Parts: sequence; C-alpha cells; structure tokens
Amino acid sequence: MIQGLVFYLFAAVTVASGVMVISARNPVHAVLFLILAFFNAAGLFLLCGAEFLAMVLVVVYVGAVAVLFLFVVMLLDINYLKLREGFLQYLPTGALIGLILLVELLLVFGGWQFAPGAPLSVGSRMPEPSVMTNTDALGRLLYTDYFYLFQIAGLILLVAMIGTILLTHRTRSGVRKQKIGAQVARTKADSVEIRKVPTGGGI
Amino acid sequence: MYTAIVFLPLLAAIIAGFFGRAIGDRGAQFVTCAAVGLSALLAIPIFIEVVLNSHSVTIPLLPWIVSGDADAAWSLRFDTLTAVMLVVVNWVSFMVHVYSVGYMHHDPSVPRFQSYLSFFTFSMLMLVTSDNLVQLFFGWEGVGVASYLLIGFWYEKPSACAAAIKAFVVNRVGDFGFALGIFAIYQIFGTVDFEPIFAGAAAKASLSIHVFGLDANALTVCCLLLFVGAMGKSAQLGLHTWLPDAMEGPTPVSALIHAATMVTAGVFMVARMSPLFEYSQTALNVVTVVGALTAIFAATVGCVQNDIKRIIAYSTCSQLGYMFFAIGVSAYQAGIFHLFTHAFFKALLFLGAGSVIHAMSDEQDIRRMGGIARRIPLTCVLMYIGSIALAGVPPFAGYWSKDTILEAAWGAGTHFGQFAYVLGVAAAFLTAFYSWRLLILTFHGRPRADEHVMAHVHESPAVMTVPLMVLAAGAIFAGYVGHADFVGEGAGRFWSKAIFLLDDHEALHNAHHVPTLISLLPTVVAVAGIALAYVMYMFAPQLPRLLARTFAGPHRFLLNKWYFDELYDWLFVKPAFWLGNGLWKGGDGAVIDGCGPDGVAAAARDIARRTSALQSGYLYHYAFAMLIGVAAFVTWYVVKVG
Amino acid sequence: MLEIGLAHYLSVGAILFTLGVFGIFLNRKNVITILMSIELMLLAVNINFVAFSHFLNDLVGQIFAMFVLTVAAAEAAIGLAIVVVFFRNRGTIAVQDINQMKG
Repeated sequence: MIQGLVFYLFAAVTVASGVMVISARNPVHAVLFLILAFFNAAGLFLLCGAEFLAMVLVVVYVGAVAVLFLFVVMLLDINYLKLREGFLQYLPTGALIGLILLVELLLVFGGWQFAPGAPLSVGSRMPEPSVMTNTDALGRLLYTDYFYLFQIAGLILLVAMIGTILLTHRTRSGVRKQKIGAQVARTKADSVEIRKVPTGGGI
Repeated sequence: MYTAIVFLPLLAAIIAGFFGRAIGDRGAQFVTCAAVGLSALLAIPIFIEVVLNSHSVTIPLLPWIVSGDADAAWSLRFDTLTAVMLVVVNWVSFMVHVYSVGYMHHDPSVPRFQSYLSFFTFSMLMLVTSDNLVQLFFGWEGVGVASYLLIGFWYEKPSACAAAIKAFVVNRVGDFGFALGIFAIYQIFGTVDFEPIFAGAAAKASLSIHVFGLDANALTVCCLLLFVGAMGKSAQLGLHTWLPDAMEGPTPVSALIHAATMVTAGVFMVARMSPLFEYSQTALNVVTVVGALTAIFAATVGCVQNDIKRIIAYSTCSQLGYMFFAIGVSAYQAGIFHLFTHAFFKALLFLGAGSVIHAMSDEQDIRRMGGIARRIPLTCVLMYIGSIALAGVPPFAGYWSKDTILEAAWGAGTHFGQFAYVLGVAAAFLTAFYSWRLLILTFHGRPRADEHVMAHVHESPAVMTVPLMVLAAGAIFAGYVGHADFVGEGAGRFWSKAIFLLDDHEALHNAHHVPTLISLLPTVVAVAGIALAYVMYMFAPQLPRLLARTFAGPHRFLLNKWYFDELYDWLFVKPAFWLGNGLWKGGDGAVIDGCGPDGVAAAARDIARRTSALQSGYLYHYAFAMLIGVAAFVTWYVVKVG
Repeated sequence: MLEIGLAHYLSVGAILFTLGVFGIFLNRKNVITILMSIELMLLAVNINFVAFSHFLNDLVGQIFAMFVLTVAAAEAAIGLAIVVVFFRNRGTIAVQDINQMKG
C-alpha cells in the first residue's frame, strides 16, 4: 500500500514539474523544475528496483546535464520576455497533436498484455536482490555481453566532447600562448646579437 | 513491246521529274514527248495484233501480294478494250505533250509539268492494262494523284489548291465505294483477278449477301459499289462538283485529264466489268438513270456559263452521262465508241480553247471576247470542226457514236431506255445550242475586248496547231471509219471476248432497226439547237439578256449549278470543318495537350511551388513537421494493429 | 488502484512524452526550452524501459536505459554548444529568426 502511495506521489510531482518546465516564464525556473522532474523520476526508478540507474540519473542528468543547462541559461543574455511572444499562437495545434498522441499512447498502454511466451524469453534474468545487487548484476552484463556497445558509448561521448570544444572555441586576439615548439627550436642566431662597441661609447 | 508501251512514260516522268533541273526545259520536253510519242506509235501494232488479228495477250510481270489465300500479281492484259483505250490514251497524251511545249513555254516549272503529264499517262496505262482489280485500283489512285498535282500545278494560287483538294476529296468518296466493291468481290469470288471473276460470274448470279440487315443480290451490291467509284472518277451527278473547279489547272491538263482520259476511266472500268454488270439488271438500271440525269443536268448548266473552259467542262460531264447510259442499256460497245470519238473532239475543243485564251492574253470570259474569227482563222475553223463533231452533225465523228447510243437506248425496249432516250435528245438539243453560243460569242460579232488585247490577238505557233490538226482529223474521220467495227456488223469479231453480253440484252442489235423518226430526231434537234443559237446571239443579241431578266430565278439556278456546291458545303463541308475544329481545339488542345504536356507541366510547377513552401527555413517548422509525422505514425500503427 | 501495475508506469511515461511534444510546439522562440522538452521526452522513454525491465524481470531494459542516458547527455552538450555559438554570432536565440535554410 505504501508503495502505491509513494508511486502516486512521485508520479504526480514528475508530471507537475514537467508542466512547469514548458510553461515557466523564467528560464532558470524552468531548469530548476527540470531538475525536480529528474529527481522524482529517479524515485520512480527506485520503486522499480533499478537503484543503480536511479543514482546515475541523479549524478549524470541532474549533476551534469541540468547544471550545464543552467550555465548556458545564465551565460546568454536572453530577453525572455520577448521570447514569450507568440506563445499562444500554436497552442491549439500543439494541444491537438499532444492530445492525439496521448490518447493513442494511453489506449495502447492501458490495454497492455504480455505475449504468452514473453516472460520466458528474457535477455538476461534479473537476479534476486539478496543474491546480487543491481549494480553488480548490471556490471556483469555490461562488461561481457554488451561490451562493444559500452565502448561505442564511450566513443560517442568522446566525439561529443571534441565537437563541443571545436564549436565553441574561438581564438581571442591578444592572447599570448606558449609555443613550446618555437621555444625549443630557438637558435643562437635568433636570440643573441653580438655587437662590437668601442669602450666607453654607448649602443 | 507490250511492257514498253506502259513503262516508257514512267521512265520519262522519272527523268523529267528528278533530273529536270539538270536537263533543262528543252530536255524535259524532249524526253517526255519522245517517250509518249513512242508509246503512241507502239499502240498501233498492238492494236493490229490484238484486235485485227484477234490475238489477246496476258503478260505476267511480278508477284505482288502473296498473303495466305490472297494473291495478286502485277500483270498486263491486252484485249480489244485495252487496245482501243491504248490508242486513245497514248495519242491524245502525245498531242497534249506536244501542245504543252508551246502553251507552257513561259512557265517557270516546265520539267515538273511534263513529268506530271507523263506520270499521269503511265498511271492511266496501268489502269487500262491491268489484269486484276487491285492493279486497276493502283492506276485509279495514280491518275487521281496526277490530277491533284496537275490541277494544283500553279500552287501559289489559293483557288487552284482548293480545287485540287476538292477534286481529290470528291474522288476519294468514289474510291471508297470502289474499294468496298473490290472487297465484296473478293469476299464472293475469293480472288481479284479478272479471268476467274468473269468465268465465275454466271454461277454467282443468284447469290445473295447480307448487308446492313438486309439480304441483297450479291452481284448487284458489288456492281453498285463499283459504280460509285465510277461516279466519282467520271463526275456523274452527285459526285460531279469537282469537274468544273478542275479548270483551275492549265488547259492542256483539262484536255488530257478532264476530257479524254481520266474521266473516262470510270466508263472503261464499268465496261471492263461487263460480265458482272450483265447479271445485275438493277445495277444497269441505276447506271442508265444516273447517266441520263447527268447528261441533261450538265447540259442545262452549260447553257448559261460564261467561262470558256467551264462550258466545255460541263459538256464533258454531259457526254460522260451519254456513255454511261449507253452502258446501262447494255450497249457497252456504243459507250466505248463514243468514248473513242469524244476523246478526239473534246481534246480538240479544249486545246482550241487554250489557243483562244493564249491569243486573248489569258482572258477566259466569253463575254469579253468576240470578233476574232478573222485574226485566228485556223483556230476558229478547228473549233468549228470540234463543235460540229460534238453536236452530232453527220458525217463527223460525234454523229456516228451519239446516234448509235440514242438508238440503242430506244432499242433496249425498257422504260429506263426510253427515259434515257428522251433526256438524251433534250441534252443533244442543248449541247448544240451552247456549243454554238460559245462559238458565236467567242469568234463573231463586235469585239468586246479592249484594243490592247485585240492588238495582241495572234495565231498560235505550229507546235500548238499541229496537234490540233491531228485531233481534228480524228474528230472528222474516227466515227465513219470505226462505226462498222465498233458497233456495226463487225462488232462481234472486233470485240470478241472483251465485252460480255447476255443473249436477251439486245439493245445494240436493235439499234440498227429502230424507226426512222427515232434515228433522225437527234440530228434534227441538233440543227434546231444551232439555229436557236444563231437567232439568240447573232440576229437578236438583246434576246438573251431579256430572257435572263424575265426568268431570273431559273437563270440564277442554272448559273449556280443547281446549287449543288452550296448543298454539299452545308451538308458535308461545314460539319467536317466544325468537327475538325472541335477536335483540334477541344480534343487535341484542351484534352490531350491540357492533360498531357501542358497539363503535366502546369501540375509539376504548381506542386513544386506548393512543396517549396515547406522549405521555409524556420527551424520550428521543421520540428513541427517531425512531430506531426510522429503522431501520424503512431496513429497509423494504432489503427492498423488495433 | 493501489496495486501498481505496468500500465501505471507506462501512463506516466506517456504523459511525460506528450508534455515534451507539447513543449516543443509552444516554445518556438526559446531554444533552451526546446532542448529541455527533448530531455523530458528522453526521460519518459527511460521510465518505459525501466518499467518493462522490472515487470519482465529482464536486465536488458536497464542496460539500454543507460545507453539512452549517455546519448542524451552527449546530445544536450552539443546542442547547448550550438546555442552558445549561435548566440555569439546573432546576439539572440530567437529561433524564429533563423530562416537561412529557406528552400
């Protein structure tokens, strides 16, 4: 029973914050509501027994992605009042599309029934929590059967990082950087100039 | 010799036609005249061999159509009918070729003209020497093409082009009937060769075929369809409208094609098919009636025409009617005899008229002529000879043939024959009248042309008058010389198997035993016609004008050719143009072009314009599009699976 | 009602997804909000995966949810980098004004 109540609590807050994300006037508020949504989703995950994923959600999504959003929002000087113009122009169309989508999805999900043989053909059985923790089980699966995918995911992150740096990098004029190669390649001729100066006379 | 006579003109036509510019005017004239002259000379030994020695010949040339059971070959047939036609066609053509050297001297395209004349001669020769219906049809079409080319020879004149098209289209109507006749004959006899058809005609006499839901006698249907073709080619009533307009062509063309040879092709064809026609009394009666009506119709119209060539053209139409009603009463020999004599005097009249036109500086209206007899005496005399022959005054050629025809019509003993006789006599009266009207108005009386034209009136050069004299000789003597053999006691031996007669068709035999009154009447009315013409135009010249004013309605009716042209225009030409225009603008333009090229292009442009609106450049538009697509996908899956 | 079944989790996911879609439609001008709506949609998908994993006793769902997380993080980073550069060049992040890809 407690489980049911907790579920409803988490679900309600998630949905509510989702609504606030898209309709908040202040973008900082919107980001904060997004963070709240993530937290409650993590709670939902916990209820499903996916504790590792729940913690990862908090650490990565909230701790990295949402903070990134916040940085960008504060970095850009956005005139958010002006941005709200025309907010209502597409409301009917959007509402219609959204409604259609929602009704269909609910139709499908509401009447969900598993195929008779589905529970028997699982990819890999979830072990009992007493036998092995969720993290342990995930690790055993990830580093063996899905190793290639794991590496590719790492590559994706690498590429994203390179891309981001490349996109936002700009060469500022007037910035003095150390050019090691040039320093090392200095010759005596570049650095020292010998002048014959008569004694007593200046340069 | 037999093949040469047919193909020499073709050779000349090719040389003059394709190499005309290389060999020049003189070269073209020489080549064509030499070739046709040679053919004319060859016609004489052939005539002697085939007719006088009674030795018919068939010469196969090449296989042509070999398709299952359908079999037609190029082959030449020489019997009496062919031999007679060869003499007529070749000699008249030769005379016209020589005459054209003088008449067309100043024309810029002499080689083309000479080539066309020779091509026509070749087609006509193919027609008369054919041994099967398909080859005859080939020659038939060939002369039609030549006629079109020659009528429209001066193609810069729109009236000439229109006349050429009219001739071809009206002929086409006839040709359609002819083609159907050939199909019917093939259906019944299983072959198109003459020999088997003639041999098998008797057996099929009572056969009946099913056409348009009715049962009709098979041979009657065939003969009627063939006669439709003859009507078109020989300008009989109904399909005659092209002949007067064909006078747009140069005068030698009128002489050759529309007097002596092409228009007689219909007569020849019916005579050739005599074994078939004999078994169909209905068809023969139709031929008689149509021929008689044509004779009287053309004669009435000829009385009030003012163009010298048109008068002679209507005269031709009328005489063709005579030939047909002679055939209709089973007097084929008389019809062909008249064809023979008519060729000479009609060609003479046309070429003489050409001389007159040449002398009068290209004036063709007889109301603007007159008083030139003293200046061009030779032409005047020759025209008189031709007219006397035409009117049927003894002892010139026309008398012998025309009288025989009328006697045969009476001698047939049927109502149709007597009907034809009455109309024929009336037409003879009118023929004499209008011929003398033409002569008096052209040559006598006060000159009605201006002094400038009158000063130029001169006799034609020898190259033009010598052919006229040769033709005049024929017009004078041909009748007397040929009478006995063509239609008299020697007829049986003369024709031998070329013409087939049933025993109870005795019109020709009876022609020699008709009452004297009947045989004298045509001559009497001819003299009466001449007298009336003298009265009206020599002695009381104000009489015609008075008559025309009093009887203005009938006069205009005759002047407008019984309003046939207007009728056909309203009945056929306007609907055809309306249909053509409609199909062009509406069908081709709106539907095919609209749905096809234009429509597709416009649709492509339209769709492209609308589709390019999707590429607005706005990011959120693209995002929306994606989301709407997602929603659509989901909907589809839900609906399809659910 | 209190018995929490698969349908409940799936409904939550559906609602969140729809909210994300709706959010994109509404905020044409504010590109940050669009990115956040995308994150919401990804979150909804993750909830789906985890719910299925729980009810099918299948760990693969969670594995996949982790990969989705990875890719979402990468995509958010690059998206924001683009926004920053865009703002640097244009001085505004009003997406409405971007129509240089007009065809």
